[in-house]
Amino acid sequence: MRLFRDVSFAAQAGEWVEVRGPNGSGKTTLLRGLAGLTRLEAGEVLWNGAPPRADEFRADVLYAGHAAGVKDELTVEENLQVALALRGITVQAGAFDEAIARVGLARRRRLPARRLSAGQRRRIGMARLVLDPAPLWILDEPLTALDADGEALFNALLEQHVAAGRVAVIATHQPLAARPAREVRLGA
Amino acid sequence: MNGFTWAFARDLRIAWRHPGETLLVIAFFALVCTLFPLGIGAEPRILERVGPGVIWVCALLAAFLSLPAMFAADYTDGSLEQMTLSPHPMMAWASGKIAAHWAVTGLPLTVLSPLLALQYGLDGATLGTLAFGLLIGTPLLSLLGAACSALTLGARGGGVLLALLALPLFVPVLIFGAGAAEAQAAGVSPAPHLSLLGAGLLAGCVALPPAVCAAIRIALD
Repeated sequence: MRLFRDVSFAAQAGEWVEVRGPNGSGKTTLLRGLAGLTRLEAGEVLWNGAPPRADEFRADVLYAGHAAGVKDELTVEENLQVALALRGITVQAGAFDEAIARVGLARRRRLPARRLSAGQRRRIGMARLVLDPAPLWILDEPLTALDADGEALFNALLEQHVAAGRVAVIATHQPLAARPAREVRLGA
Repeated sequence: MNGFTWAFARDLRIAWRHPGETLLVIAFFALVCTLFPLGIGAEPRILERVGPGVIWVCALLAAFLSLPAMFAADYTDGSLEQMTLSPHPMMAWASGKIAAHWAVTGLPLTVLSPLLALQYGLDGATLGTLAFGLLIGTPLLSLLGAACSALTLGARGGGVLLALLALPLFVPVLIFGAGAAEAQAAGVSPAPHLSLLGAGLLAGCVALPPAVCAAIRIALD
């Protein structure tokens, strides 16, 4: 089935791209294709001007989809530790505590994730955004389940990310504070 | 930390936090092994004859019980995507997950088997052969089960499909595993059976992890 065609966009360092479109227009498929999870029927993805080598590209990409990848059995800090270890990132204890405090989970850090609300689980994902230096973010509906405070925090993180000369591709229905450099419209 | 140790440590920690599932498998094994002598009656010759086979079938079914959860939980909560997109090779963490699965199911079953086999009046050498057979047979069950479990990811009626896929593949393991203990009990060398089982394990270690990876890729695509 063809979801979309003739989609082309580029992002320079310090820019982020917003992907918009009605439900079912292929936003998630496009993002998964960019990240390398889904094989796109046609077209190519270039990273630093060249087709990326899969293993190097994966180290540069932080992908966050609909499901947050949070394990119910593990505590907040264990979830974060496990996620960072998977990405091969080592952080100082101070930075780790600071990230947990910044996303507002300091008092719940030893609570198993199954006791958290949907928004709090999202915040574990945000702590990853704080600590992961990946130059490319691919985020699918990052504001889902977040409260006003969480949205403000996400906007601040995105601004920081872009100001550091890094790149993001974000599918979202809600407007974000930072203006996107490009907007990709899918569907009708 | 490499991908293998990462996945192994993570899965063991999750199993430790949520021990119900592991204990269920072990309890199932112990219970069914105990039901047979009660049902068959205390005729030593019959018990001795059926013992190795019954224990192997119980171990096989117990190992099967834990298969559906092997990748399904990580698939639904998005962890599998994160692992696939990590810089670690998929083969490393998939193997780590299989090893962890064996450590929480196959290993306790192996350790428990001589104790349960006592109910069947097996002699010392047969108990040893039975346990050794399980020691090299259960990792192969985990490997075969992982491939089937990954293949049924996202399929409707995955549980039944998994039984249809996995149980026939377990048959050779059952034949050679139980055969080794029976040969020992009959006073014949169990070496041929154990060698074949070991060869199966080696072949499985080489051939099955790539199959698991391919199945995961298909499920995520």
